[in-house]
Amino acid sequence: MSSDIIHNEQHLAHADHDDHDHKPTGFLNRWVFTTNHKDIGTLYLVMSLLMFLVGGVMAIIIRAELFMPGLQLVEPDFFNQMTTMHALVMVFGAVMPAWVGFANWLIPMMIGAPDMALPRLNNWSFWILPFAFTMLISTLFMDSGGPAAGWTLYPPLVLQSGTNFAFVVFAIHMMGISSIMGSINIIATILNMRAPGMTLLRMPMFIWTWLITAYLLIAVMPVLAGAVTMLLTDHFFGTNFFNAAGGGDPVLFQHIFWFFGHPEVYIMILPAFGVISEILPTFARKPLFGYGSMVYATGSIAFLSFIVWAHHMFTVGMPLQGELFFMYATMLISVPTGVKVFNWVSTMWQGSMTFETPMLFAIGFVVLFTIGGLSGLMLAITAADFQYHDTYFVVAHFHYVLVPGAVFALMAATYFWLPKFSGNMYSEKWGKIHFWLSAVFVNVLFFPQHYLGLAGMPRRIPDYSPQFADFNMISSIGGFAFAATQLIFVGVILHCIFKSKVRATSAVWAGSRGLEWTLSSPPPHHSFTTPPDVTQNMVKHAE
Amino acid sequence: MRKENIVIVGLAVFAAVSAATWLLLVAPAMTGNEINMPQGVTSQSVDHYELHMIVLWICVIIGICVFTAMFTSIVLHRKSRGYKAAKFSHSTRAEIIWTVIPVLILVGMSLPATLALVRMEDSSGSEMTIKVTGFQWRWKYEYLDHDLGFISSLDSASNAARQLNSGVDPRSIDNYLLDVDHPLVLPVNRKIKFLITADDVIHSWWVPDLGWKRDAIPGFVNEAWTNIKTPGTYRGQCAELCGKDHGFMPIVVRALSEADFESWIASKLAESRDQEQELNRLWTRQELMQHGQEVYESACATCHQPAGQGLLPAFPALAGSEIATGPVDAHLDLVMNGRDGTAMSGWRDKLVVTDIAAVLTYTRNAFGNNTGDVVQPMTIANMKQQGSQQEAAP
Repeated sequence: MSSDIIHNEQHLAHADHDDHDHKPTGFLNRWVFTTNHKDIGTLYLVMSLLMFLVGGVMAIIIRAELFMPGLQLVEPDFFNQMTTMHALVMVFGAVMPAWVGFANWLIPMMIGAPDMALPRLNNWSFWILPFAFTMLISTLFMDSGGPAAGWTLYPPLVLQSGTNFAFVVFAIHMMGISSIMGSINIIATILNMRAPGMTLLRMPMFIWTWLITAYLLIAVMPVLAGAVTMLLTDHFFGTNFFNAAGGGDPVLFQHIFWFFGHPEVYIMILPAFGVISEILPTFARKPLFGYGSMVYATGSIAFLSFIVWAHHMFTVGMPLQGELFFMYATMLISVPTGVKVFNWVSTMWQGSMTFETPMLFAIGFVVLFTIGGLSGLMLAITAADFQYHDTYFVVAHFHYVLVPGAVFALMAATYFWLPKFSGNMYSEKWGKIHFWLSAVFVNVLFFPQHYLGLAGMPRRIPDYSPQFADFNMISSIGGFAFAATQLIFVGVILHCIFKSKVRATSAVWAGSRGLEWTLSSPPPHHSFTTPPDVTQNMVKHAE
Repeated sequence: MRKENIVIVGLAVFAAVSAATWLLLVAPAMTGNEINMPQGVTSQSVDHYELHMIVLWICVIIGICVFTAMFTSIVLHRKSRGYKAAKFSHSTRAEIIWTVIPVLILVGMSLPATLALVRMEDSSGSEMTIKVTGFQWRWKYEYLDHDLGFISSLDSASNAARQLNSGVDPRSIDNYLLDVDHPLVLPVNRKIKFLITADDVIHSWWVPDLGWKRDAIPGFVNEAWTNIKTPGTYRGQCAELCGKDHGFMPIVVRALSEADFESWIASKLAESRDQEQELNRLWTRQELMQHGQEVYESACATCHQPAGQGLLPAFPALAGSEIATGPVDAHLDLVMNGRDGTAMSGWRDKLVVTDIAAVLTYTRNAFGNNTGDVVQPMTIANMKQQGSQQEAAP
């Protein structure tokens, strides 16, 4: 320990030298061979931003074709490739890696560790992803086109895919390996590398939600890998896992897929819950309400996520008892989720609030995620779901929880921690413009889709009856505007990192609490070379 | 205007937009506008509509409570108004209250939801059975009590208009994408059981006015039922992604009064008896070509394209193809039994023998495939019979 202290003193003596924390020099050493949690976090975030734009372009193609009835732009098969790839890219390429990026940056800084527990594994977790996505996206340029059977890859339809299918399966395998390695690293770091005094129930909510998310990932990614491997052998090696004519069972795939798929939904949203629980107290200048119940609610949601999968498949013809079980279990999820929303509102209640951009996005999240949650409760009612299922009502529901849900939380997190990461303040004016345009257009984009679904428009169709024309046009206009608005986001980020002249203080925000705000902005290359002694006043919530 | 006031105005606008959109959802529901779930024409559709409205109202009320608390706090508890933050960070009593109350609401909701589901899943006491088979991309309906069956495809006007850059305005076509050549005709006031299955990939049979959808899964037979109260025409679509033309396999149900239905059935049965006679006579080449073109356009053209040029890579061309210009037996085998691992399904049970004979003749002579072959319905009927005897023998 004493050598560390001397080390630090030397740093103080040369504080004006840029290389005082031994950043590797040269592009290859700094970024490709990196084992540093911040640099790997940056790589994850950059890649997910790129994928967000790629997936966004696909969404624009979808909304452009749906702008009016009739086929104007693309053939139906290409339309199906777009819906499939949009989902795969956004889920596996944008939202999940973005959360891993924030986990990489923040976990060591929040628990008082120098770096992640397994730095080399960390490097590999990231660097297989660009290859996975290159492989996935390259299928669009193959003779057989990209995958077109939906991101749910239901057989027997998916077994009609051409040679692209092998590439898709291997890309998913690689993404799964990356997620599992990332999760192992996160669990090992959180459980072993906490500073003295950082007990489990002193951990920030973001750490708790990520710990639980990491367990979910380890539990379900192998299930997905197994399912797609069985598809692979059914397609290329003559097995009959899912082929009824050969004694297999096409519905079995749906059970396996959704046993992965439902926890996957929470993998994307639990870290968002964590971020909101960090941001609201900071700008309300008041500790998080009900920290303990927030932790238990997160755990309950994670547990319930394993026993509700068949609500995605109410129409496959399950026995009555099965339908009742999955209906009740699904309804139950609204209890811990409700606790979270009520606790957030109570955190704001009687606070002394200011409304900087991260706070605006956090409030937008709570409102719009709640709307998505309520339509989720409606979908849980099995008999009514016989009408809702596979319509635009479902599309509206999951986009409400994913876009103004998970994606708004990612934007909130970006505005909240970017000054810490970069050392510069972003433009508050443009941040706010970004928020207000996003908040308005995301509703113009997705709210009319509720009506479309209720009026009877199925999802995943490239053309529709003119009775659906008005709302589709409104939705498309909202979509184009929302997409254009995101260019502001990219601009704000680039400006903040490269151009902004306003330096961020260590604390950045007036109400910030917790270990990450005790480090300089930007933080040193190795976060806490000496573990801090965590006392009550360094803990984010009240004990 | 002060900065803080801009924020207040912004938030108020945001609150108004959110509230207005919610109202938009509720108001049309009260006027019965088509942007809400239809009430439909069966006991189930009414059940599901009422359930939908109950849960929607509960959600609206919960939403209003939560958002009101939030926006009150946003307006009042602001630093810019000099509000000092309170210190509280938990309240066991409050947390118990907002755990218990939602549980009670859920219990209250689950009661009608359970009863509706139990009613939906009880298909006992049905007086008539329809077998529905989905395949890429049409529906086959069989009246099991009447030995009658036919295939229902997208109507030709919609089919022409829906091609990429067809130049036809969809609005100029009645029931664009929601019309078929042969609708499913059903009697009113009779409990009808559906047996739903599929031949190639998973489809889903959905008519919103009947109140439910059910997946059509190859290798499975799913049950559902209906009892239509009002005569009329009810339209729906396939609801499970089933390939490139998933958006183009509509469902039309025509519900007739008892008497009208009986006379419809009688005329249909007479029609199919005529078809049997057609089978036993020799057809002229011209007759086969003409009928073959009709069959080709309704059954084959979506994939192999109207001029037989195909749509690579998935759908091979027929013009000049080895199959269509090679031995008749191999061609027939492919059409009858399909090819595994491709979208080409077997047409043995989906087309009648005259259709198959005609379409074979047509594809062997159209698109410049001048083989000169004429395939007679009789030949295929004999082959089919031999085939089924062989299957039955061991």
